Amino acid sequence: MTEPLPNPLTEGLERLPVHPTALVIFGGTGDLARRKLLPALYNLAADGALPERFHLIGVSRSELPDEEFRTQAAAAVKEFSRREADPKVLDALLAEARYISGSFDDEGMYPRLSEALDGFDAASGQQLNRAFYLSTAPEFFPVIVEALGRHDLTAHDGAEVRVIIEKPFGTTLAEAQELNRTVLSVLDESQVFRIDHYLGKETVQNMLAFRFANGMFEPLWNRNYIRNVQITASEDIGIGSRAGYYDHAGALRDLMQNHMMQLLTLLCMEPPVDFSADEIRNEKVKVLHAIQPPEPDRTIRAQYAPGVVAGREVPGYLGENGVPEDSNTETFAAVRLTVQNWRWAGVPFYLRTGKRLSRKVTEIAVTLRPVPHQAFNQEGSVGVQPNQLIFTVQPNEGVTLKLGAKIPGTRMRVRGVNMEFLYGTTFLSQSPEAYEKLIMDAMRGDATLFTRNDEVEAQWRIMDPVVQRWEAAPGPLPQYEAGTAGPAGIEQLLAGDDKWRAI
Amino acid sequence: MVPAAKTDAVWRAEDTTPTAIEAALRALMTESRSRSQSYVPARSLNLVCIVDEDYSGEVANRLRGVGRFAASRTVVCAVSPRHRTLDAVATIAVPTDTEEGVHAPMRETVVLDVGPQHLRQLATIIDPLVITDVPTVVWSPHGHSDALDALLGLAQVVLVDSVDEPEPADAVARLRELMDRTYVVDLAWLRTTPWRERIAATFDPEKLRPDLRLISNLVVRHHPDSAIAGLLFVGWLASRLDWELGPLRVDGAGARTGRAHTRRQDVQLRLQADRTMTVRGLAGVEIETASGRWLRLDRGAGGLRARYRGPRQNDREWTIMGASRGEPGILGEGIRQALLRDATYRPALLRASELV
Repeated sequence: MTEPLPNPLTEGLERLPVHPTALVIFGGTGDLARRKLLPALYNLAADGALPERFHLIGVSRSELPDEEFRTQAAAAVKEFSRREADPKVLDALLAEARYISGSFDDEGMYPRLSEALDGFDAASGQQLNRAFYLSTAPEFFPVIVEALGRHDLTAHDGAEVRVIIEKPFGTTLAEAQELNRTVLSVLDESQVFRIDHYLGKETVQNMLAFRFANGMFEPLWNRNYIRNVQITASEDIGIGSRAGYYDHAGALRDLMQNHMMQLLTLLCMEPPVDFSADEIRNEKVKVLHAIQPPEPDRTIRAQYAPGVVAGREVPGYLGENGVPEDSNTETFAAVRLTVQNWRWAGVPFYLRTGKRLSRKVTEIAVTLRPVPHQAFNQEGSVGVQPNQLIFTVQPNEGVTLKLGAKIPGTRMRVRGVNMEFLYGTTFLSQSPEAYEKLIMDAMRGDATLFTRNDEVEAQWRIMDPVVQRWEAAPGPLPQYEAGTAGPAGIEQLLAGDDKWRAI
Repeated sequence: MVPAAKTDAVWRAEDTTPTAIEAALRALMTESRSRSQSYVPARSLNLVCIVDEDYSGEVANRLRGVGRFAASRTVVCAVSPRHRTLDAVATIAVPTDTEEGVHAPMRETVVLDVGPQHLRQLATIIDPLVITDVPTVVWSPHGHSDALDALLGLAQVVLVDSVDEPEPADAVARLRELMDRTYVVDLAWLRTTPWRERIAATFDPEKLRPDLRLISNLVVRHHPDSAIAGLLFVGWLASRLDWELGPLRVDGAGARTGRAHTRRQDVQLRLQADRTMTVRGLAGVEIETASGRWLRLDRGAGGLRARYRGPRQNDREWTIMGASRGEPGILGEGIRQALLRDATYRPALLRASELV
């Protein structure tokens, strides 16, 4: 096959062309579509980033005329967009948007969808790429994918067909494997984009830049210099109105099995040969293969009890609307993992996540080993502390390096100080929402920030034994007071003199 | 959404020195931080503006409109023959909508009253006032080329709007001169970005890429004051597609016309002012190919209006979505671009210079 002629006009452009695309959102009137996907599409349109021919189709069960879907979509954009909506751009985005009603297992719905897609092709005089976004309850993922296959919607002559699948990708290893089998029975892996929206965040992507664009850290990035790594995803909010989802998921499935494991792989991976999707994912999978499921004494779970958050009394998990009073679902999970390879052997990786904790923060803290000899007099100060490198994913996106520095004065006393890099003060650009980046990447066919089938299964292989063990164990779960740093006894997870970072 | 800002601390002095101003900024910063640990100094870039004092209000309005693209430290030199001494006002501004626990960037502004006698030595005044180790951008929208030249040694970037120069030939000459000495961000070039992106996208499908070599006719319509934007657009195509250019001639209708030579055929070139256009920049682009394709892009509601005719005479029309950035948006984009490097501007400008 001969290489296509390069396009000489794209050099120097920040926004590279994307092939004309029709995007179908299954669950087009759902919560995720309203809060994230439609606002993301609007912002892409306002930035001029969408393909020059772009068409939107919403698919949901409710019976709606096209016009009503457009009205609802416009209202969602106005409510949830990160910037004020320009009515002209919004009109242009939704002017030709279509809505197909039907349940996802309704065989009659897919020919109507196919007809609408063909109509867009005919109107634009070319075969548009097709992107199907599965923003539905997870039980519909296999239903929709199989139906797309039966109705010949998984291939399109002269254009690409891509399927974007929201989380959760299975709730157990067996489910994830089964879903992968179903998906890959009708699609090629290159057509599948499994969303993990953490990967769309700037700080997460910056970990690659930080590690592989700076010569000063790589020599330290190993067991010889790193004492431990703590990955924390804490929220001060409760479950809100999501009891139905959350009580079936729990903290481990909700954040740890997917997002936090992704953070861990980016931190631990070897330098890839290049930054192509598969080279990066190959290295990430190797990290996952080097992790064994944690033993029972290296896992902790708990539920929040009533307490005070930000000066306000809040109910405990079992008192939340929609939560069964005998629920054994954990709202806090912490595990200690080890990455058994040459670089990381012996370094503990602590992961913890929870709701109704004292503060909202997502961060990765890398603690270095202390200096070998304490030459400074510690009297009158907290003394020399180990260096820490902290990647903050939210709310203050950035990187902090904790160093020891002399306290001003006549005596030689040392305490820790911070050198900070903050996205909000260092760059002029506003970070796009993760979904904006991910939708564009999927339409462009760049899978770097999406999870591959073997990655998903490898993540589950580590966490599934914990899930199974916890589900088999009787309750009630240990409780922690809302507004605190979590349950008593989480120090038991720590090795040696390690300490949890304050949340 | 443009973040609103409020002034948090102010210092002013007459007949002062850069050292005193810099010390005052540090004190103001400490004072603001004592009010809230959430306040942190922004450290993205320095912007030095040299403006006529009589028009400084207009420039201040434009700078307010750039929103999140505001420089970390802005030093405005308000020039007036009335000024005999160096007077200064320094302020710290913080966002009004800060969230608990979320860092809020503090932005610093220094307004210096300077007289013509200060301009040639301006570098000695400005150098102590810019934050070290972040890029410094100089913008001189009202001329004052002597002052701008004086600052080239300490600035990494010069921000210009080449449509400010009445004669395109003069604009090109000045840009070439500046470009040899520093990195230039030209707002006129940035106004052509959506057009360049769309032409690139039109010819991006593999089957259409060969047609780039078959372009036979190019019409660029522009705001009456923005001929330079049209020239840069043609220069860009010429630099990317290896066209040979010669000077354009002004025809009876006032349009600039000429030919570009390519390996396959000549390209008819036409740049014409659109007197209905109320904003600076391009009004439309029309491209024809020898293979029978025709594409026309015009400014329209909610984006660019595209019309296309294929070799089979099949006409299509659609909107390419994109919000108008407005003049404040263009200025903000110019400031943002100061942190980036566009390798295609210089070749485009050099080729555009062959057209005048």
